[in-house]
Amino acid sequence: MAKGDPGAATRSKRAAPRTRRAAATGEPELVQLLTPEGERIETALGPDGTEYRVDFTDEEYRGLYRDLVLVRKLDAEATALQRQGELGLWASLLGQEAAQVGSGRALRAQDMAFPTYREHGVLYCRGIDPIMPLGLFRGVDQGGWDPNEFKFNMYTIVIGAQTLHATGYAMGVAMDGKTGGEDGEAVIAYFGDGATSQGDVNESFVWASVFNAPLVFFCQNNQYAISEPLERQTRVPLYRRAGGFGFPGVRVDGNDVLASYAVTRHALDTARSGQGPSLIEAYTYRMGAHTTSDDPTRYRIASEVEAWQAKDPIARMKAFLLKQQIVDESFFTEIDEQARTESVHLRERVLNMPDPQPVSMFDHVYPHGSPELDEQRARFSQYMESFEGSAH
Amino acid sequence: MATETLTLGKALNTGLRRALENDQKVVIMGEDVGKLGGVFRITDGLQKDFGDQRVIDTPLAESGIIGTAVGLAIRGFRPVCEIQFDGFVYPAYDQIVSQVAKMHYRSQGKVRIPMVIRIPYGGGIGAVEHHSESPEAYFAHTAGLKVVTCANPQDAYVMIQQAIASDDPIVFLEPKRRYWEKGPVDLDAPLTDAYPLHSARVARSGTDATVLAYGPMVRTALDAATAAAEDGRELEVIDLRTLSPLDLTAAYESVKRTGRCVVVHEAPGNLGLGSEIAARITEECFYSLESPVLRVTGFDVPYPAARVEEEYLPDLDRVLDAVDRTFGW
Ligand SMILES: Cc1ncc(C[n+]2csc(CCOP(=O)(O)OP(=O)(O)O)c2C)c(N)n1
Ligand SMILES: [Mg+2]
Repeated sequence: MAKGDPGAATRSKRAAPRTRRAAATGEPELVQLLTPEGERIETALGPDGTEYRVDFTDEEYRGLYRDLVLVRKLDAEATALQRQGELGLWASLLGQEAAQVGSGRALRAQDMAFPTYREHGVLYCRGIDPIMPLGLFRGVDQGGWDPNEFKFNMYTIVIGAQTLHATGYAMGVAMDGKTGGEDGEAVIAYFGDGATSQGDVNESFVWASVFNAPLVFFCQNNQYAISEPLERQTRVPLYRRAGGFGFPGVRVDGNDVLASYAVTRHALDTARSGQGPSLIEAYTYRMGAHTTSDDPTRYRIASEVEAWQAKDPIARMKAFLLKQQIVDESFFTEIDEQARTESVHLRERVLNMPDPQPVSMFDHVYPHGSPELDEQRARFSQYMESFEGSAH
Repeated sequence: MATETLTLGKALNTGLRRALENDQKVVIMGEDVGKLGGVFRITDGLQKDFGDQRVIDTPLAESGIIGTAVGLAIRGFRPVCEIQFDGFVYPAYDQIVSQVAKMHYRSQGKVRIPMVIRIPYGGGIGAVEHHSESPEAYFAHTAGLKVVTCANPQDAYVMIQQAIASDDPIVFLEPKRRYWEKGPVDLDAPLTDAYPLHSARVARSGTDATVLAYGPMVRTALDAATAAAEDGRELEVIDLRTLSPLDLTAAYESVKRTGRCVVVHEAPGNLGLGSEIAARITEECFYSLESPVLRVTGFDVPYPAARVEEEYLPDLDRVLDAVDRTFGW
């Protein structure tokens, strides 16, 4: 605050405790509809007074549980495949299942998603075969799918870049006149807590705001960017960043699949109806390593992980289903069995993924090729053929 | 004399430690460089020993890392910035090319930016996209920047200290796939006596053809020379070490003797360092050349998926194939 501003002293005095209070309690102000103990909360209030609730049938509750378990199981299978040398790398979503299943199920068929490299759960909820992103992690391709066919962009490894792509896509939706009403289109951009420091992400906030893009920024705050804790990226709760850019922000319990669904559905519907972007901060925790290359024991303590273990997204849903007598024990056996079958199926198909032909590296550099590159490819083929029959 | 066997990574770590000890104004900054010690552990233990004011975990933004380092440099610090992987330097490209490179020129010499930008680069580690690129030409093409790269632990240890001591902004490229290769490092030799930073060095003497390489490809070129020797052909291998400015004195001398020259790099051939080098060798050694200068490089495609990188990367066979072609001309 500028010196000489007559209101400065009193205003900063009033503001100071508010900031401290938020930081000191440690408890985030989050939207929650299912407590870690599995208690249902009927209605939760967002910071702007929005009332969040869900009204699921028993079948839908069971469906969400199934998604959570399947997504975790397939993720564990991928981690195992990496350990066995079948994947070069894996970025596990362990702990973030509810944020991904909740937001993923909140998408309507016409909505478009822009993932990072960790949104395997969202991908699953889009009805996409979980084998699709494994080529990237195995090292046989770099994505290779059509974003428009699946309404799911390719994974983006460069931190934050996809938020701008999502914004531009959403601007295009508006320019095409596809917002308004129930069947309007909305777009969701996924990114992490670390990504919020990137210029691209901040620029996407500006763009989305001034062009009123039909976009939901979905930040999974899993508390870490590799080794760096949240405090390295921000001094205010991330959802409050939205205010400065001119759109609403809300923090949701990212380990609560019901609340994650409710806030995302609301934000998407707001966007699709033409009322502009919003930011959701899904407050969660990365239970595993950053990727299979990482060793988290170097930078975080076991007790912190244990504290989050008690907030597990699947355990609370299970407790809820049992308490409400929505299911009996046989349901869980059946789901576990299904998860096992699907993961075995996934494993078999990964093992059978063929390596690409070396010459294929020359494909698709340009839509219509290039004479220079064609020549390079021909020389390469000739060179490779010169080894045929030899020890190479 | 304390000569120890160190990996290239540990040699860099030791060099950085020396630099922090010797100059209070040296600060290290980057993503995960502090508590974690960097994803490759090149800064391992440095934050613990020098504190978080000198070894700084930054927010996740490369433009921010380089841009704030410019400010620190103007303030009199000597920032050593780590970019986590080659493919992640581009958000900082504007700061590097438009700001870092031009400050000295624009200020008519009044502002110096004694910054080191460390970048693990190159492929061969089976990584996913954006983790295996060779961006040296982008930087070497930019006046005002200097670009160097080390190929063995001894050079890693010395060159990182020389780069930090230099008044120029220096892009310091680290051959990531060689981080784990070991070699002797003389830890006592004073920096003042060291081989100059911006100079190439003969890595193996030979008489029949000259192979120019740098960074990760020096090992490949040396392996090729060993194989060629078994066939009775003696290759001279020159480790270029400095990519901007280039030091081709030894190369000219060598090519004038051998009459044959092959340049090797991982980066794509089109407008790569090899193009400039071939042009200069041709201009300088034209009447000694028995064949055109040949280039062995990555192809002009985006760095491909890991399962075909072996075919993308120049290897011993491709180097020898090019050497053969210089003889068949
Ligand atoms: C531009 C860029 N810089 C650095 C990296 C290396 N990197 C990969 S993931 C990561 C941390 C990302 O943290 P966050 O945004 O919180 O997402 P999370 O991985 O926790 O899901 C970093 C630094 C990168 N991929 N892209
Ligand atoms: Mg994170």
